[in-house]
Amino acid sequence: MAEPRRVVVTGPRSRGVPAPRYSPVTRDIDEQTELGAVYVRSLMRVQLRHSLATCAIVAIVVGVLPLVFVLAPGLSAIKALGVPLPWLVLGLGVQPLWIGAAARYVRRAERTERDFTDLVARS
Amino acid sequence: MIVLIVVTTLTAVTGVLGAATVVGSFGRRGPARTTSDFLVASRSVTPLWNASAISSEYVSAAAFLGTAGLVLTYGADMLWLPIGAAAGYVVVLVLITGPLRRSGVYTLSDFAEWRLGSRRLRHAVSGCICFIGWFYLLPQFQGAGVTLRVVAGMPVWVGWAIVVVVVLGTVLFGGMRSITVVQAFQFWFKLLALAIPAVVLVVIWRLHGGPDPTRPYPPAFVRPTTVSVAFHVGLRVPVGTQGWVDGVVDGRRYHGEKVLLAAGRHVVAEDTRIAFPAGAAVPHAEQIPVQCGDRWARPFGRSGDHPLFGTYSMLLGMLLGTMGLPHIVVRFYTNTNGRAARRTVTLVLAMLSLFYVFPTLYGALGRVFTPELLMTGDADATILMLPGRLVPGLAGTLLTGLVAAGAFAAFVSTSCGVVVAIAGTLSQSGSGTGVRKFRIGAVIAITVPLTLVGWLGTLGAAGLVTLAFVISACSLCPLLVLGVWWRGLTPIGAGAGLVVGCGCAVAAGLTQIIAGRQPGWWGTLLGQPAIAVVPLTFLVMVVVSLLTRAHVPRGVDRAMARLHLPEELLKDRP
Repeated sequence: MAEPRRVVVTGPRSRGVPAPRYSPVTRDIDEQTELGAVYVRSLMRVQLRHSLATCAIVAIVVGVLPLVFVLAPGLSAIKALGVPLPWLVLGLGVQPLWIGAAARYVRRAERTERDFTDLVARS
Repeated sequence: MIVLIVVTTLTAVTGVLGAATVVGSFGRRGPARTTSDFLVASRSVTPLWNASAISSEYVSAAAFLGTAGLVLTYGADMLWLPIGAAAGYVVVLVLITGPLRRSGVYTLSDFAEWRLGSRRLRHAVSGCICFIGWFYLLPQFQGAGVTLRVVAGMPVWVGWAIVVVVVLGTVLFGGMRSITVVQAFQFWFKLLALAIPAVVLVVIWRLHGGPDPTRPYPPAFVRPTTVSVAFHVGLRVPVGTQGWVDGVVDGRRYHGEKVLLAAGRHVVAEDTRIAFPAGAAVPHAEQIPVQCGDRWARPFGRSGDHPLFGTYSMLLGMLLGTMGLPHIVVRFYTNTNGRAARRTVTLVLAMLSLFYVFPTLYGALGRVFTPELLMTGDADATILMLPGRLVPGLAGTLLTGLVAAGAFAAFVSTSCGVVVAIAGTLSQSGSGTGVRKFRIGAVIAITVPLTLVGWLGTLGAAGLVTLAFVISACSLCPLLVLGVWWRGLTPIGAGAGLVVGCGCAVAAGLTQIIAGRQPGWWGTLLGQPAIAVVPLTFLVMVVVSLLTRAHVPRGVDRAMARLHLPEELLKDRP
């Protein structure tokens, strides 16, 4: 009579509460070795790139919009739904751009951090 | 009638604040006990609550009353303000939110000392924070005074007194945790207090046939209007107008006779009443530009001094100034971690975008229905006067009461936030910490602007908030950005930058307040100095830091790891 095969019962892997991870790299970072510093620098570089990209979006919008209205005053005469175009653009149109840029940045920053945590845990 | 307004208003005000204070003190886990409770709400506030609280503190008297008044007076040029305000939060989010929360310190002064290891730098930062906070508190007091004067005809000091009592009560007995809940609650109250009357007003505007403020004529009275002039003023009359005058015009006394006011300048003595017929063009107070509707509705429609340069400089000040506002940044410490702090900012953006639609709407409606504010110069009262003007009887009184209560919520919530931030900074500056010192700090925080506000009169109120933004952009912004992202920053470099930046910004602001607006390039630069001073401050910080490279703090790698690594990698650290 063969015994029932043994199975390993595990809990589902959850992202919510990551277990503390101890790895050589964590120790490197903790103990301020050259290797640990390299890891931190690489993370900072990626994060800074995301940040500057978002800042560039803001700078372009904020820099270009006033110029557009100065160079093409005819735009201001256009009305949509009885409201002058500049009022629609400045009052309602720009804010969704900010929300979108912010949401995109948060998504990227969190993904970067997750990838970094995984990388550290693996190595 | 007026008595009824007062009763409604005050009942609404006390009701709201009372409810909010009780929720604040006794909600959650009993009254605040430890210093940590007082300062950062023990870091247990969820993103939605915290985002509401941040928005609430940001939506101050300047945003609530000032934006509407500025739109009424200057038109499309003021639409850049809400854009700059929201964009400022995007910059805060991407550059400093996550790292600042992860640094795990309480205030900006703590951050400076922790990151750069210098006690003297800490004091410099505390000084900047106090300046910014005080400039931010002044217009709150003024707004409260104006609100009660316009709505109930009370002397201005009654408004100041109410704000002081409520703010001190909330801050002294509840600390930050209490006011996080109060603030969050008040944001939604303020939003409703603006939105409900706005919907009613738009419906009534349609019923009036939707008079268009953008027609190419100077603004005119839509119905017969009697204007009382409280102060001796010079008026500019754009088109010859008739009116029945009771008082003194151009040195002659009239008793209700019909007078022809020819186009040009006229002087009106105090306590003069002029009744205008419907359709008469509105005389403008001298300091307010006369604009036809089409120019008013167009960005850069005014022929001022270098408007494009001024707009860019103002936008830069708002973009970078938001991150140094002490009452905003201290709130991120109440999030559970860096990730929650980032999500909070995204929510703040959405909430502010929604909120700012309404002051703009009120400003445009005010141009049609309360154009006499252009004559009296009381444009800050636009939001308060519109409901009573358009909605007759009890309903109008109730709506006015609602708006006024919302305005008071704005003064109180902003003042609370600023006072807590200053008090937290002051109480940690001396040796040791404690609840007692926090309370003393709160009293100091509110006393300084209170002694100044009586002095200042109505001078420069609108500019004061902008000045707070500019000081913050020129001093704390470079410190934070370089401190978070650049290893090479030294305490000496940071200190030099703070002195140069804060000094230039305060000097420009005070010159503007004392000497008035100057003409030409020089005046434009003094009025909006951010575009010149911010790069200068960055330059000073970087150059001096490079020159004093030997003084880079020793633990900089550890600090950078702490700022940028996700929390779960650092669990075992203090």
